[in-house]
Amino acid sequence: MNNYEFHWNVVFDAFPQLLSGAFTTVHVSVLSMLVGIVIAVLLALGKLSNNKVFYHFANIWIEIARNTPALFLIYMAYFGLGAYGIHLSPYLAVFSALVFINAGYLAETFRGGFQSIPTTQYSAAKSLGMNNIKVYRYVILPQMFRRIYHPMTNQFVWSILMSSLGILVGMNELSGETQRLQSTSFRTLEFFMVAAAMYFVITKLVLFTSSLIAKKVFKGELS
Amino acid sequence: MNLFTPLSWSDSGFILTGILNTVYISVVAIIVGSLLGLLVGFVRAESNKSINMLLGAFLDVLRSVPLIIQLILFTTFIGAMGYPLNPFAAGSIILSLYTMAFMSEVFRSGFDSVPTSTIKAARSLGLNYLQTVRYIRIPIGMRAVFPSWLGVALSVIKDSALVSVIGYMELLRTAEQLISRTQQPIMILIGVGLFYFMISYPLSRYGKYVERKMEI
Repeated sequence: MNNYEFHWNVVFDAFPQLLSGAFTTVHVSVLSMLVGIVIAVLLALGKLSNNKVFYHFANIWIEIARNTPALFLIYMAYFGLGAYGIHLSPYLAVFSALVFINAGYLAETFRGGFQSIPTTQYSAAKSLGMNNIKVYRYVILPQMFRRIYHPMTNQFVWSILMSSLGILVGMNELSGETQRLQSTSFRTLEFFMVAAAMYFVITKLVLFTSSLIAKKVFKGELS
Repeated sequence: MNLFTPLSWSDSGFILTGILNTVYISVVAIIVGSLLGLLVGFVRAESNKSINMLLGAFLDVLRSVPLIIQLILFTTFIGAMGYPLNPFAAGSIILSLYTMAFMSEVFRSGFDSVPTSTIKAARSLGLNYLQTVRYIRIPIGMRAVFPSWLGVALSVIKDSALVSVIGYMELLRTAEQLISRTQQPIMILIGVGLFYFMISYPLSRYGKYVERKMEI
């Protein structure tokens, strides 16, 4: 067993940079999640629609997002588009790959949530005299939201963890920043231990907040 | 003078090595991770709260820290301790543990899905504890979670691409090196994407099919 001496001072001095890296991580995950949700709604509608073109477009998007590695899609955005003269910054490459994947996974979640509500409820609400907007506002969407809430939280956590792939394209999120800092100080172990702890804390904070919101919004009726 | 040489047939051996390495490390991680996950899942389904909390916390760390950070930390750590491992060994260990963290949850819910009445019936027929585990709980419980197991296994194949960060020559790293030599990213990347897709898509369809069949 070698005697490895830990030097934490370098890491503490670099803490502001690590924090700014963590901020970029959260930033890119939140943004990719928001844009992903919007596209996912459209894709879910596509999968439910009778229009063949729309359906196949949504289907191809979803299947590619679900069946290829995230790193492949990041490379595709970074090197692949570069070949066509579209040079994305590392941030944009990771962001667009995450948006692509989030949209694909969430589309299936949304579709599943929508289809899990029996059509009889729709008819029942209609027969009670509700119009279409009211049916969705008061009957369908609240139930649907309850069912997709947890999968959405998981997808968000997944985005945070997967944004760490930015390290491979030189992005300055938490992992990339850690990589850059350790390459000048050679305290690899210390820096990555702190980064791991920061990821852990971020993930736990997200899950904690999510369960708080769930308690407030669903009042314990989460299915 | 042209610095780049285009893709040629002589590269096929190189690409094949990448494919085989990806398959190799994925299979190792899925088998080892599933066996460990089965064990841990069983322990979690059987044990009391305090042991569960302890195990749960350990698994939680594996699930809440990005795989790429785990890989870098582990290789740096064993290197600093004076026992450097080759990328395949280090990658397999971390990928297996990572797989275990997800598999244990899958198997735990499988064990929990077997009704107590079924277990009691088996015991009353004279099966001892180990026999109920061997002949009742594992076959019934594991069958119930097969689609989830397949889902985790597929995500492990995709996540195996990350082992490239510690220098393992799997498919995506092979592709990256070919790209920097040939400057033909589109063709190479599409080929790589197709490879993953052709493995993952049929299996995920099969998983959905089994899931639907079990619901009926």
